[in-house]
Amino acid sequence: MTAPASTSTLDASAQLSASLVARFPDSVTADTRPGFSGFIIKKENLVEVATALRDEFGYDLLSSVTGVDYLAENKMEVVYHAFKTTGGPNLVFKVQVDRVDPIEVPSLYEVWTGADFQEREAWDLMGIRFTGHPDLRRILMWEGFEGHPLRRDYKEAFFEEEAKPFKSRWPEGNHKYAEFRTPHRDNLIFPEGFDPDNYKPENEDELYFSLERSSTKREEDALKTDHIVVNMGPHHPSTHGVLRVVVELDGETITSLKPVMGYLHRNHDKIGERSTFLQILPYTDRLDYFNSMANNFGYVTTVEKLMKIPVAERAEYIRVIMAELSRIQNHLIFIGMLINDLGSMYTPSLYAFEERELILDIFEAVSGARMMCNYFRFGGVVRDVPDDAMQKIKDLVHDRLPGKTDEMERFLNENEILLARLKGVRVLNAEDAIRHSVTGPCLRAAGVPYDLRRADPYSVYDRFDFDVAVRYNGDMYDNYLIRFDEIRQSLRILEQALKQIPQGSINSQKPQYQVRVPAGEAYGRVESPKGELGFYVVSNGKPNPYRYHVRAPSFVNLTAVESMCKGTKIADFVALLAMLDIVMGEVDR
Amino acid sequence: MENEGLNLPNYNIPEDIQNIVAVTTLDRLYNWGRRSSVWPLMFGLACCAIEMIAAQTARYDMARFGMEVMRPTPRQADMMLVSGTVTKKMLPSIIRLYNQMPEPKYVVAMGACASSGGPFKEGYNVVAGIDKFLPVDVYIPGCPPTPQALIAGMIKLQEKIDKQSIKQVRWYTKGKVDANYVPMPILGPDLIDVRRNAEYKAAAAVKATQESA
Repeated sequence: MTAPASTSTLDASAQLSASLVARFPDSVTADTRPGFSGFIIKKENLVEVATALRDEFGYDLLSSVTGVDYLAENKMEVVYHAFKTTGGPNLVFKVQVDRVDPIEVPSLYEVWTGADFQEREAWDLMGIRFTGHPDLRRILMWEGFEGHPLRRDYKEAFFEEEAKPFKSRWPEGNHKYAEFRTPHRDNLIFPEGFDPDNYKPENEDELYFSLERSSTKREEDALKTDHIVVNMGPHHPSTHGVLRVVVELDGETITSLKPVMGYLHRNHDKIGERSTFLQILPYTDRLDYFNSMANNFGYVTTVEKLMKIPVAERAEYIRVIMAELSRIQNHLIFIGMLINDLGSMYTPSLYAFEERELILDIFEAVSGARMMCNYFRFGGVVRDVPDDAMQKIKDLVHDRLPGKTDEMERFLNENEILLARLKGVRVLNAEDAIRHSVTGPCLRAAGVPYDLRRADPYSVYDRFDFDVAVRYNGDMYDNYLIRFDEIRQSLRILEQALKQIPQGSINSQKPQYQVRVPAGEAYGRVESPKGELGFYVVSNGKPNPYRYHVRAPSFVNLTAVESMCKGTKIADFVALLAMLDIVMGEVDR
Repeated sequence: MENEGLNLPNYNIPEDIQNIVAVTTLDRLYNWGRRSSVWPLMFGLACCAIEMIAAQTARYDMARFGMEVMRPTPRQADMMLVSGTVTKKMLPSIIRLYNQMPEPKYVVAMGACASSGGPFKEGYNVVAGIDKFLPVDVYIPGCPPTPQALIAGMIKLQEKIDKQSIKQVRWYTKGKVDANYVPMPILGPDLIDVRRNAEYKAAAAVKATQESA
């Protein structure tokens, strides 16, 4: 089944490679390191080549931008992944620069606006300066923080060893509290000669100056009003966690806005690079904490790509079942929370949580935990689905969920307040969505039928008969309805998966704590309920990944929030933010 | 307090007026009122916040214990439920919220992260436990704690409230009103806990002498 597809993509990539190198003979070379793929582009020609890739080769959506610090080779590499919204595999291209500060790479902001936050993240964590970026500030850490933590030579205060498992934990277990090993007895690093008494913290002028204050033109005879700047969050009930948004208002109309994040930055990438491949798995649960199964799915798919191992047939089906169940509960919660944000406190979300609890019961039965499942393993899943849990899934899929979805639609769809708030309020049009690298339901509600399960099928999704949910108005009402469409399609997939699921082994590998991962890179992506969830892993053959990066859909979708909300009312902003369906665990990582 | 009964067992009240008369102590009455309306600050940090929402839904129904009234403003809240990883960037906001809460106020650390840093402890942006800054009353283990565990933790807090006496509580004692005020930490090159400035300087001096020697 998969063999013909892979040969055709190979042909396609060979063709692309030939034509790209022919087009830019001086600036593009193929990446020939063993295990690596894609192209290396000269820094000077990056913008030119990227524009050609977008306009001539059709790679219209920039998926991921990240840096890799090759300390030994004294190189800093920026890795870009782009793809076509018509489908097909992604394109990898890289820029290599000498690792001497200041490290400068031209920004692709003008080519793909979706590079905005990701370039800021690479500047913040890796210290790569993107020249031409209009607003290159730190994004996850605060201004004034010392150092760029994702560089290989940055060591945290609680640093113990390059890689886990730490020797102090085994075999005798002479572990000391991390606090006792540091000079300040705390998770702190201060630069030499730092004087806390006379320290003046950086102010947030840069942030406030980045608001486009002067850009709004006023009519001569209009009422003279002052613009005010409002800080929403990080403690605000409608920001779904600890997001802070700086909004500039003219009356009630938003003239400019900047999201500020990092309030839940838990150093996922850095911890991942210290952990073994298996140890990362529970951390991925805590990315998008509504969908631990989908996160597991993305991560194991990536590592399996690197390891080149098959997945047990039954496990593939179990994975699909779990991923679709978590999609259903995610969308139900989304609808509940959206209506919560519209002002109907609690009641609709109580309906959503009722179904969610039933799905969580299944997760608990198979994995032992309600939310943080840690259920997938390389080559399969950790344990089989018990018979009674399987029966529960069948009951839920066949009897309960279809009726409950209808019921929710019947209660809500024609509700007058809902219609008044949602209908005709623009979220994104197709061009804007693609330009800002928005993926997931928001992109599909704008009329782009792009779903990775169809566009670049992974696992066994090519065996199921389902439609890509798509709607064309791009307003809030469509964004809301498409969630119901997707629930229905997920139920269709579930019905088929439950019918087709074979008996047999649930893991193609022996259970093991330490997996052997050959050197190379892999970018795996799955359609998480929020959008394209990508993992970029570079291995150098050691038990720990050399570079581990998460392309989080919530984070990248948030790039569009500024252009989405300009010109709308502040009350709609809350609903628009809910439309993006962000989860702070994934935004900040 | 058994069965939440207010009546002191030693007093015999005639049967026909038992439903309108109770003989009790002021402490019991005071604590009974407070423990039955612990209003948490509506405040979610991370994954644990989702289980906190789940605990309020119909299945677990925290409202049975009088804790369902989530207040978005700290001025109306009695209890801060630190539900998730505390990062250095978020910490000043948490401290500010805590300082704005009126007495009596309680802090519950929900989950491994809020208690000790949990799985993220080694991270460069993570505060290893909110108890480095705030006085924590109840720790709830788990990652995340189930809604049942959360409710069990809340009941522990109620037991703690039951043992307090109006004569000795901090917020009615002269001069102790601001005893729980926490100075705001500063985001500098790293998180600066201003209470420990002298300590930081001493550590830097020790390092300098070591290097010169």
